[in-house]
Amino acid sequence: MSKGRYGEFGGQYISETLMNELIRLEEEYEYYKKDEGFNRELADLLKNYAGRPSLLYYAERMTKDLGGAKVYLKREDLNHTGSHKINNVLGQVLLAKKIGKTRVIAETGAGQHGVATATVAALFGMECEIFMGKVDTDRQALNVYRMELLGAKVHAVTSGTQTLKDAVNETMREWTKRVSDTHYVLGSVMGPHPFPMMVRDFQSVIGKEAKEEILQREGKLPAAVLACVGGGSNAIGMFHAFVPEKGVKLIGCEAAGRGLDTNMHAATMAKGTVGVFHGMKSYFCQDENGQIAPVYSISAGLDYPGIGPEHAYLRDSGRATYVPVTDDEAVEAFEYLARTEGIICAIESAHAVAHAIKIAPEMSKDDSIIVCLSGRGDKDVAAIARYRGVNIYE
Amino acid sequence: MSRIKQAFSNGKAFIPFLTAGDPDADSTVKYILAMQRAGADIVEIGIPFSDPTAEGVVIQDANIRALSEGMTTDGVFDIVKRVRQKSDIPLVFLTYLNPVFHYGYDRFFAKCKDLQVDGIIIPDMPFEEKGELADVAENNGVDLISLIAPTSEGRIKMIAKEAKGYVYAVSSMGVTGVRQNIETDLESIVKAIRRATDIPVAIGFGISTPEQAAKMAKISDGVIVGSAIVKIIEKYGRDAEQEIYDYTCKMKQSVYNA
Repeated sequence: MSKGRYGEFGGQYISETLMNELIRLEEEYEYYKKDEGFNRELADLLKNYAGRPSLLYYAERMTKDLGGAKVYLKREDLNHTGSHKINNVLGQVLLAKKIGKTRVIAETGAGQHGVATATVAALFGMECEIFMGKVDTDRQALNVYRMELLGAKVHAVTSGTQTLKDAVNETMREWTKRVSDTHYVLGSVMGPHPFPMMVRDFQSVIGKEAKEEILQREGKLPAAVLACVGGGSNAIGMFHAFVPEKGVKLIGCEAAGRGLDTNMHAATMAKGTVGVFHGMKSYFCQDENGQIAPVYSISAGLDYPGIGPEHAYLRDSGRATYVPVTDDEAVEAFEYLARTEGIICAIESAHAVAHAIKIAPEMSKDDSIIVCLSGRGDKDVAAIARYRGVNIYE
Repeated sequence: MSRIKQAFSNGKAFIPFLTAGDPDADSTVKYILAMQRAGADIVEIGIPFSDPTAEGVVIQDANIRALSEGMTTDGVFDIVKRVRQKSDIPLVFLTYLNPVFHYGYDRFFAKCKDLQVDGIIIPDMPFEEKGELADVAENNGVDLISLIAPTSEGRIKMIAKEAKGYVYAVSSMGVTGVRQNIETDLESIVKAIRRATDIPVAIGFGISTPEQAAKMAKISDGVIVGSAIVKIIEKYGRDAEQEIYDYTCKMKQSVYNA
């Protein structure tokens, strides 16, 4: 079996044209991850540019209202660019710069990863091109303009379902065309090795900070940590430090869209089967012929038919559980958090909040749970208004 | 001698490609037979996939046309069955790993053996991953055809040494599609391949004109053409038989004389 395996999952199912590049990337990453200078520079960027550590906020009103476990929110939404995506992008673009790349490309769904990539490319003076499904450029128009302001070129992808999956296809095609000066800043814990490992490492700062701080404040580990999952990068970032702590439940919240009994969902764990796509063996929503299924979620960031291979492994080994959350539940949680705590979170993150609302009341008041608030919700306000029948223009 | 080996034994080979089910199964059967009559040495048949990441727009669209007309993996096997009633031309599948994985490796390759499919090309399965199906392919007499890219460099020897059938030398960076110019130093790549193996080397990606084909055939054992043919099918739909026949004749002649 090849490198980068999590049980049977993972691997490097990618065209021969990219193999030498992936091998080189892995070697360079292994070198730089132990390099003191690299780590110092990255730590400095995370602190002084991205604003880390992010707050671990005790949601007191929410806790009282739910009447069970103490709810803490890991405020990745307060990072520069408004989501956890910056953690990974700073790591990857710094690495790309070290290994002599002058151009970065990336896919984006909701636009958060695209914005983060465009931001760091601007900071480092690198050329940047972002691929985004046409459906997503329409529903996240503000982020498109934001990326352009940052100097990036945004390509609206019109192939296939015109969402995140197709944006990944197109970015891979572009990388195959031009690899010598270009790094593909993959935005999630997916794709061929070494991406799932590298992105996890760069995102693991989330759980590492959360674990240290909860121990200081509560004197014990949380009963559960929750995060939304599309590809699964904020979730793996939150989970990683807690994986060895068997008493801590790891809960991923995936997009059930209009419901699991419809075909309008992106619930890979609940409805998917094992397959090979986008460079990895993992679970995918697909039909009986192994054709990748069109998926749907109100959240552009979770609108993806697969999930990172390490999640597939964590689920099958029983270490983590994955629950479906519908559009309706996510929108209600989005509104609930705004009213109760004065926080407008990303509709992606609202999937995790929705599940916290479900489980906190059934838990002991002595216990705590941490919800990863992966991003802020400014980008979603217009879409939520439309969902509620209010027609406002951005 | 295997049928693929035979195909390369009478001069340089011309290997056209089409996507199964584009625009429908009947046309695919008809077009494969027309290719054979026109002198094609091997035919590559694309099993359509929803997300063909190694393909340019032309073949992407062909995949979508075939799938939206209801083409399935079993539907492709049925096409092969109908071709085999009339022809013993070497047939090679080109598809992505997921449809094969989903069908089940044992079941898929047993079916290939039954229908005398000679080889398979899987662009998203590099050397490092081929272990999971190399044995079952070999046991069923199906050559697992390896790709070598302009970026392969130090990997050429390792890949070529274990290559089966023919080596598919990718002419250019990027995805499939017609190109004006091919700038890769293919001569030295082919030489490096030949140092490691005796099996034939065919060049594909970006070739559409007889002039390009002749140039590629001079330095290799054969030429693979996909997008240019799929474009003909895109243009003429169910009435492409004569066009495909004429184009194949022209290309075969050019390759043969190289």
